[in-house]
Formats: sequence, C-alpha cells, structure tokens
Amino acid sequence: MSSAVAIRPPARPDRAESVVTEGRAVRWGLTGIAILFLALFLVLPLVTVFIQAFAKGWSAYFAAFQEADARSAIRLTLLVAAIAVPFNLVFGVSAAWAIAKFEFRGKNLLVTLIDLPFSVSPVVSGLIYVLVFGSQGLIGPWLIENDIQVIFAVPGIVLATIFVTFPFIARQLIPLMQEQGTAEEEAALTLGASGWHAFRTVTLPNIRWGLLYSVLLCNARAMGEFGAVSVVSGHIRGLTNTLPLHVEILYNEYNFVASFAVASLLAGLALVTLVIKSLLEWRYSADIAAGARRH
Amino acid sequence: MGTSTAIRVENLSKTFDTAAVLHDLSLDVRAGELLALLGPSGSGKTTLLRIIAGLDFPDRGRIIFGSDDATQLPVQERAVGFVFQHYALFKHMSVAENIAYGLNARKRSERPAKAEIKRRVGDLLDLIKLSGFADRYPSQLSGGQRQRIALARALAVEPRVLLLDEPFGALDAQVRKDLRRWLREIHDRTGQTTIFVTHDQDEALELSDRVAVLSKGRLEQIGTPDEVQENPVSSTVLKFLGDTIEVEAIVQGGEVRVNGRLTPVKAPNGLVGPVKLYARPWQLQFAEPDQAHLEGSVRSSYRSQGRQRIEVDRPEGKTVVVEASDSGRVAAGRHVGLKIIGGYVFKD
Amino acid sequence: MAEPPLRPRRRFRQPSVIPGFGLTFGYTLTCLGVIVLLPLAALVARASGLGLSGIWDVATDPRVASALRVSFGVSLLAALTASVFGFLVAWVLTRYRFPGQKIVDAVVDLPFALPTAVAGIALASLYAPNGLVGEQLAKIGIEAAYTPVGIYIAMVFIGLPFAVRTVQPLIVEIDKEIEEASATLGAGRWHTLVRVVLPPLIPAVLTGFALAFARGVGEYGSIIFIAGNLPYVSEIAPLLIVIKLSEFDYGGACAIATIMLGISFVTLLAINLIQAWSRRRFGYV
Repeated sequence: MSSAVAIRPPARPDRAESVVTEGRAVRWGLTGIAILFLALFLVLPLVTVFIQAFAKGWSAYFAAFQEADARSAIRLTLLVAAIAVPFNLVFGVSAAWAIAKFEFRGKNLLVTLIDLPFSVSPVVSGLIYVLVFGSQGLIGPWLIENDIQVIFAVPGIVLATIFVTFPFIARQLIPLMQEQGTAEEEAALTLGASGWHAFRTVTLPNIRWGLLYSVLLCNARAMGEFGAVSVVSGHIRGLTNTLPLHVEILYNEYNFVASFAVASLLAGLALVTLVIKSLLEWRYSADIAAGARRH
Repeated sequence: MGTSTAIRVENLSKTFDTAAVLHDLSLDVRAGELLALLGPSGSGKTTLLRIIAGLDFPDRGRIIFGSDDATQLPVQERAVGFVFQHYALFKHMSVAENIAYGLNARKRSERPAKAEIKRRVGDLLDLIKLSGFADRYPSQLSGGQRQRIALARALAVEPRVLLLDEPFGALDAQVRKDLRRWLREIHDRTGQTTIFVTHDQDEALELSDRVAVLSKGRLEQIGTPDEVQENPVSSTVLKFLGDTIEVEAIVQGGEVRVNGRLTPVKAPNGLVGPVKLYARPWQLQFAEPDQAHLEGSVRSSYRSQGRQRIEVDRPEGKTVVVEASDSGRVAAGRHVGLKIIGGYVFKD
Repeated sequence: MAEPPLRPRRRFRQPSVIPGFGLTFGYTLTCLGVIVLLPLAALVARASGLGLSGIWDVATDPRVASALRVSFGVSLLAALTASVFGFLVAWVLTRYRFPGQKIVDAVVDLPFALPTAVAGIALASLYAPNGLVGEQLAKIGIEAAYTPVGIYIAMVFIGLPFAVRTVQPLIVEIDKEIEEASATLGAGRWHTLVRVVLPPLIPAVLTGFALAFARGVGEYGSIIFIAGNLPYVSEIAPLLIVIKLSEFDYGGACAIATIMLGISFVTLLAINLIQAWSRRRFGYV
C-alpha cells in the first residue's frame, strides 16, 4: 500500500482523507468496537492463562514443572517437534522445488492434495492413523506379531503431528518460489554451477526468510497440537503425554494452577512465535509472502 | 465559443507534508472551452485538477464555479465529471450500470425515472459508439473502450465541468491517437467545458482550445496552442514544448549575436548583455564557415518521419540536432558550419 | 513433399534445464502417499465397508444426530459472527490509522498460534459461572460455559483469523480511485460503501466464512473444556469420534468422520466455486 500513500501523503489527515473515508466519529467508533472485540475475545483468554498460572504465587507455579510427568511431557513435546519439523522442512522444500520450478500436468491436483490436512478435523487426523496402525487397523495385526507399537506410543504421536503440520512449509514456499521464477537458477547453471550448488547459493538465500517464517509456524503448531495427538496417544502419563495433553489431564484433575502453569509455557511459545512472526512480516514482508510486493 | 468564465482558480496553494505542489496559482477557465493542463510530472497539474474536483483541498486560495465559491463544497455536490487515468470503472457492474451510477445515486426526489435513466444511458452509449455493449462487464472490454465508458459515466450526470486526468496515459499509441480525435469530436458536439491533464505536449497542442503550461506548481503561461508555441514566455515553456538547441548569446542594442556574428533573432525590450538563445532543430541550417554561428563535426544522421536529422558534435562537447528537409544523408565526421535562422532569447 | 507436421506432443512435463525434478517430485509423492493419502484411504475403505446404509444408521442415531446438529449449527452461527466482526477488524486495520495498529494486527493471529488446549482451558475458566466473564453473563441470565453458548464462543475465537485474513488483502487492494469516482458522481459515503466497495468483497467474505465454518466443525481442543459435553445438549461431533474410539467402536467413529469429511469437501468445493465465479465475473478472486 506504500505507493499510493507515497504519492499523496495527506497533509491534514482529517481533511485530505475525507473524500474517501468515513467521518471521524464513525472511524473512531468502528476502531473502538474492533479493538474491544479483539480484547474481549482474543486477548482476555491469553491474559487469563497467566493470571491463573500465577494465582497461587511463584512457588506454586514452579512446582508444576518439578513433577516428573511434566518434565517428561516437555521432553516428549520437544522430541516430537524435533522430528516432525525437520521432516516437513525437507518435504516442503522438495515439494516447492518440484511444483514451483517445473511445469507438469496435474500440478493443481497435487497442490490441493498437499493442502488436504488443513481441512481435516484434528480428531479425524488421529483417527486415520488408528485405522492403519491400531490393533484393529490395516497393518495392526502384523505390527502386534512383530511387537511394534505405533498407536499409543511415540511413533503414532509423531505421525499425527507430521500430518497436521504437513502443508505448512510447502504452502508458504510454493507461491514464494513461483514468484521468483527460474531465471536466477538458469543463470547459475549457465555459469557452470551444479544443481545443488545453484540451490544452495541462489534459491536458498532468496527464500530464507519465508522458510524461517514457515518453520516457526510449523513448530508452533507441532508443539501445540492437541486433537490428533490426543486420539493416538493413549494418555499414558510419563510416556505418551505431550504438553497439551498434560494440560488437559491436570485440568481434569482440578489441578488448575499446575494446568495453567504448563499452559503458560505453551502460551509463551505462542507469544514468542507471534512476536518473531510479526517482526519478520514488518521487516521482510516481501521476502515472506508472494504478492506482498506492491509496485 | 463563449468567453464567460466557468471556473476561476484564485491564488491556490497546496503543500503535501513539506513539499509545496502548488504556489499561489490563479487560472480562469472559459465556459465551453477545452483546456489542457500541460506540465512535467511533479508540476502540480493533477493536484490542481483534484482540487477543482473536490478530491483534494487547498491550503489557501479559492475555487469559484460561475459566481459561487465552491472551495468548501464537498465533492458530491460539485457536479463535476471526473475521468481517471486508469478508468476506475466499477468492475462488478455492467456497462449500463456504470453509466447510470451517478443518476441512481441521487436522492429519490431528484432521481430521474427508470425509463428516463435507460434512455439517457442509451444516448450516451450511442455517443461513445458502444451501443451494443450495455450488458458487458468492464473486464470484457479493451482499454480504449473502458476509457470511453468512463467518459460516458462522467457525462451522464451532466456535469458543470468535465475533468480528465491523463485520460489516454494508459493506452497504446494508436488507440491514444484515435481517442484524442474522438474526444475533440465529442467536445465539439456537446460544448462541455473540459479540463484535461497531460504531460504530452503533442496531445495538448493537438486537442485543446487553450493550453496552460505548469511548472513546479506555478502557471508559466496560458494561451492558445499557437500563442504558446510562437510566443513562449519563458525558456521553461519553450523547452517543454519541443526539442531545443541552447547556445550562449549577447544582446546589444536589440540585436542578438552568437560568437560575435549577428542573428536574425530579435531580443525583447530591456534584455541586454549575456543571454541564452534557444532554437528549434529546424531553425538551424548548414552554412559556409564564414556565415556560420556554430560549427562542429557530424556524428550521425538519420531519417525520422520524413525529415533528415543530423547530430552535430560541437567543439565544447555539446551535441545539437539539426533538422533539414532538403539535405540528404551527411557523412559522419564531416566538418560543418551551422547558421541560426530563428529562435528565442531569454535571460536564463 | 509433406513435411512432418509440427505438432507438440502432449507430455507430462515441459522440458527444463533445471535439475532435480525426478528426485523432488518422487519424494513429494512418496511423502504425500504415505502420510496423507494412505491413511485417508484407510478411512474411506473402512467407511465403504459400512456402506451407505451403515453410515446412515450411525448418522440417525439420536446422540450422533444431535452432536452433528450442534457442531454444524453452532459453527454456522459462529462463522457468521466471525465474518461480521472479521470484516470490521480487517476494515479498521487497513483503512484507519491509530496507535498500536501493528500490535492489534498481530493479535489477530493469536488463535492460529495458541495451542487449542490452552485456549480451551482459558475460555472455560473465563466463562465458567465463577469466571471473570461468566459471572457477568450469569447476572444477565446467560449461561455460557457447559452450554452451546460456550461452544459458540470457542468457535468464534478459532474462526476469527480466517475471516480477517481472507478479506484483509482485498481491502488493501481496493483502488481508491473507485471510491473517488463514486464520490465525483455524487454518491454519499454510505452509498459508495454499499454499492461500490462491498460487492467486490463478497466472494472473499464468503470464502472466509466457509473457512471459519469448516474449522469450527472440526475443532476439538478449544471446545471440549468449555462445552461441558452433555450428550444431546453440548456434545460435538469430533468428541463423539473420540468417545467411539475409546469404546473401540471403529465403525461408528469412521461413519462420523466420513460425514464430517464429506461436509468439509463440500465446503471446499463451495469455496472453489465462489472463487471461480468471482474470477469470471470480476476478473479477480
């Protein structure tokens, strides 16, 4: 939107803008309603998390993390994210390369299929893995025979997490790489670079901020996923409980302070994600989203 | 053509942030005339047009429509027809709905009957020669057709004045030419007072009854195309209206000399001492060195639109372009003399 | 002397000097197949094993039917609310200037970033009868927590960013000249908004509505804590899937999941149709 503003910056905003905007009272009224709505519906719940977490003071807050179950939940959440995010990173870059740099038939179908997990309910996302790997599932009997456990164990949690975060990185990178076209890579190739060298030295620097941005969002979702993980986890304390599941268990046991304390950890993660995301958007908006560049 | 004043612009000043775009500008627009606001980008011509329309507001000065002060009048009540460079058609409305928009937007008591609106739209479509297009959408039209629709939409409200902001700026060269001629025809037929903004001197000179040349927020000159071409009041106007050659000259006793040699150019009263002489490419001729005001060696020569143009490098490093209809191609590197047969002198 | 006609062969991929298509395309397909398509196929296989009548039997079970009604009905209302306020928020954020604007803009994404379970317990404690907001609502006779009202609140929370972020870029792109043109033709501000500004935004508003609706129907984590999960009253379809699974009623779970998937596909289809129509009509999405 910068160009329009740069050409005709309003000298006296109330007057110069008046032709194509609402009256001052209407503007302030609508702004007030919007902010009030956001404060009530979005900010208040977030604030509540921290208020409840510290309701009984600092010591009660920290006590929540002394528990062995809490610590194992943190460890498991980190482990799951450490597997799921890199997996989706490799997948996302690979899919974006194939889709953005080449023309082939059925491309739109492929993109739609990659998007599919976005439109599947988290609970259904968990369910489908139970149907494949569960005791009554497609390969369940074979798994039992070979003593491999997927459902109600870490592999199932990882799979469900990968599923729900599957489109994140690919969807961010595809339009970005499409917009950048292939000219720079072709130039690198004519100058004698290998394909891998061209990718590292030409493509990667062009997409790094978009990549970072999408990894950040993917990670936030991976650590926070609840529905899908809940279905495949089996809620075995100390073994298959991730942080969000631990929050649920503590809450259902009426251990509110501990529940909100653990939740505050996740809320903190969300806040940090949001802050870095916003900073990236303000600073590198053109490098993050295709079409953000306005001429 | 009437000579009564339709719009009077008085001492208009406008500042955006810290940059002044209009300085104390005054201008009269005559009823029924087609006036061009000509100037380079940043000259303030579009801002002036927007202030007349009521889309921007001046810091100082007044806009008078007929005998009414319209300075504080909101845009909706000014009854101007504004045509934007990029058409600004309503994409979700058909051509007919676009044209009827201004009539439908009126208060119920002032709105014409449905049948009357339909008739008016039909007439306008005839006028712009797009009769079969009433039910099309803007996305189905070419740029030239869209601009004609935009014009019809502006005319539909029977505006006091029609304002066009670089109306042909976004179009191809050929379409531009056709639309220019067509706009002139429409104007001749309707007698609608019209102001249009352009940075293209050919467009301004070809189309308009009068040209107002703007530079850096000031009105340099206003007059008929012939007046501004034959009697430019400043070097700015002169330079803006076409290619010029600029040489140092001395004025003594009303005579203008270049390199000590007399020229046929007459100096205005009161101008003495060192001045600048400006000549058009066709106001130079090849001449023997003993009659020449300038000399140099030919860099290249080429034909453009039926005329021979010769680039001559002068010893001080400047290159001048000479236009000669009778000479053939001149060999590069040849030493030539140039004689000034006409031009204008200004202090700067 | 007939030369062979130069008919380009229709091929799968247009030639390119850029390497790595085989590798990246193959890897992409493999991942997609193993992670997404195969497990989804398992669901489809299972559901087709039940047959249409089997699915119908589950769907018409009073408890399931009630849960589906709650999920779809409340989500519809919530998406409507999110669309109205989402439009307002998007408008205010793009059209007006006020202090703290960038922060307000960032806040909109909070439901995207906040884990659903965290949002769920926070909403539950806020709207509980003794909670900060619940107490006030109780005074005017509204029970929020443990009723469909609570579900509605959670769904508005989760759907709002979809509504805002689909409309916002289109508001940014509105050509101000369109509004100026309307004003020069004598239209007042309200007339301009209703006749000129809003109509081209309708497809985006509908898309945002559909996205918020689909998300609301499938949502689980942020709802179950506030909903109270009373069968026939405030039990949502996703929860019923979890319950069926814990009872090892895989068939029942599949049937409900299939119905939900079917509805989200219809929603997706609707979005695509809206966008195709918009492209045809206005030349843009």
